[in-house]
Amino acid sequence: MQLTEKELDLLQIIEENGRMNIDVLSKMVELTEVETENMLQRLEEKRIIVEYGAVIDWRKVDNFEGVTAMIDVKVTPKREVGFDEIAKNIYRFPEVKSVYLMSGAYDLSVVIEGKSLSQVANFVSEKLSTLDSVISTTTHFILKKYKHDGTIFDQGEDDRRIVVSP
Amino acid sequence: MRNRVAQHVQQLQPSGIRRFFDLAANMEGVISLGVGEPDFVTSWGVREACIASLHNGHTSYTANAGLLELRKEISRYLVEQFEVEYRPETDVIVTVGASQALDLSIRAIVDPGDEVIVIEPCFVSYAPLIELVGGTAVKVGADAQRGFSIDFDVLESAITERTKAILLCFPNNPTGTMLSKEELIQVSRLVEKHDLLVLSDEIYAELSFDEKFTSFATLPGMKERTILISGFSKGFAMTGWRLGFVAGPTDIIEAMLKIHQYAMMCASTMAQYGAIEALKNGRQDIEAMKKSYRRRRNYFVASLNEIGLDCHNPGGAFYAFPSVKETGLSSQEFAERLLLEEKVAVVPGNVFGESGEGYVRCSYASSLEQLQEAIKRMERFVKQFR
Repeated sequence: MQLTEKELDLLQIIEENGRMNIDVLSKMVELTEVETENMLQRLEEKRIIVEYGAVIDWRKVDNFEGVTAMIDVKVTPKREVGFDEIAKNIYRFPEVKSVYLMSGAYDLSVVIEGKSLSQVANFVSEKLSTLDSVISTTTHFILKKYKHDGTIFDQGEDDRRIVVSP
Repeated sequence: MRNRVAQHVQQLQPSGIRRFFDLAANMEGVISLGVGEPDFVTSWGVREACIASLHNGHTSYTANAGLLELRKEISRYLVEQFEVEYRPETDVIVTVGASQALDLSIRAIVDPGDEVIVIEPCFVSYAPLIELVGGTAVKVGADAQRGFSIDFDVLESAITERTKAILLCFPNNPTGTMLSKEELIQVSRLVEKHDLLVLSDEIYAELSFDEKFTSFATLPGMKERTILISGFSKGFAMTGWRLGFVAGPTDIIEAMLKIHQYAMMCASTMAQYGAIEALKNGRQDIEAMKKSYRRRRNYFVASLNEIGLDCHNPGGAFYAFPSVKETGLSSQEFAERLLLEEKVAVVPGNVFGESGEGYVRCSYASSLEQLQEAIKRMERFVKQFR
C-alpha cells in the first residue's frame, strides 16, 4: 500500500514511542490533532498499525525473571496448506511470542516465553513436539538480552555534551 | 615584567557563551538547550573503521592535505550531494574541524586592513578570527522580520573598497535560517559586481529540512569565488573527531595548504579513516538523524509559538531562535533568569552579535522528553511577564 510522507512519518515516530501524546505527535508531523487522530485510526483499520507495544526489561522487576527460548522446529509440510497450518497450530499457544518460516536447516523458528526453565521444557516436550507434522525440535535458551527489537538494554542515558557550546 | 600577551589577543573579547557556561555547569538538574552539537553518537560503523585503522597500524602523518582516499571521497560526496566538482589532488584540504577550515580561509585571503562582511547573528568565531589577522569584521544585521534572511540593501551598503569577502553560513547558527536559491543568486550578483570572494560555511548543509540545499559554489560564476567550508561534525555527528574540509579554487587552496602545513601538518589520521567510512557508508545515518531533527523542530517551534515565544520556522540546523522581547527582558537577563529559576539553559542571542539581542538560541538536539519538559518550564517562566 502506498502511504503518504506524513503517514510514514507518523508510523516511524510511534514505532519508536507508542505513548506519545496526540498534541506532541500532531506538532511533529505538522497536522492538527484531529487530522492526526484520523490518520492513526485509518492506519489501525488497515492493520498497518498492528499493535502498540512496549519493550520491557523484566530482569529488573522482582519475581519476573522469565525465560525466553528460541526453538528450531523441523516439520513435514502438508499438501495444499504447506507450512501454514502447522504454523497456526503453534502460534495459537499463548506461550508462543513469535513464529517465523525459515530457510535453511530447519523450517520454523518459534520464540517461547515462560516463567521458568521447566515451564518452557514442558511446553516443548508436551505441546510442541507432540504436534502432528513436527519432526524435531532444538531449543536454545536466551541467556541475556543485549538488544531487542532495536532497543539496546542497559544503555546509559547520560548526556555527556557540555551544557552550553558554540 | 613586560606585557607577555600579544596586544591583538588582549583586545580579543572572550566568547559570550563562556560566562554562561560557567554558570550552567555548576547546577544540577539543568535541561540544556545550549548545546551546539548533535545528541547522536557517531554511528558505530564509523567508530569501528577508526578502531580498525589503529589495529592496522595507521598511526603516522598523512599528506598535509589529508589522505588522498579521503579527499577523493569528499570530492565524490560534493558531486553527488551538492553537484559541485572539485579536484581531490589540488582543490581540497582535510582540516581539523570546519573551525580550522574557517581560520585557514581567513588567514589565506585577509590582509591587515581588509574587511570581511559577516551577517549577524552568526557563529561566535567569525569576527574574532578576522580580527586576529588584522582584518575588520563588518557586521551586517540580518532581517529579523523576515526570519533573519539577508537585507540586500543593507548588505550592499556595507561593501567598501576594502571589502575582500562575504562570510555566509546557512542553514545558520544560531537562527537556523536557510537562504533560498534566489537569495543566494542575489548575493552572487553583489559578489560579481564588487569583485568579492565568498566564504561559505556549509557545515549544516546536511541538515536542511524543507528545501534542497544549494551550495554557493554551484551558482553561475561563483565556483571561482567561493571557498566552501564544511566538515563531519554536524551532519555525521562527529563533533569530537575534529574533522572538516575546505574546497575552493586551486590558487587559494594552495595558499591555505602553506599555512596548514606549518600550523597543523595534517588532521588526525585515525579520524580521517573514520571519515572515509562515514562518506562511503554513513549517508543513511544522516537521513535518519535529519528526520529526527525535523520532527523535533516541528514540535519545538510550534510549542514555542504556543507559549508566546515568537519564533520563525528555521529551515535547517538544529536551532530555534525565538524572540524574548515580549517579556521585557534582555537576552542575557532572560537566559540567566530562565537558568536560575527554571533550570533551562539557552544561549542569549546577543553573544552572536548585536542583532541577536532580544532573542535566545535553543538547540532542539535533545530528547523529545527533555524538550517537552523544557517547554513546560519555559511556559511557567514566561507566564509571569504577562
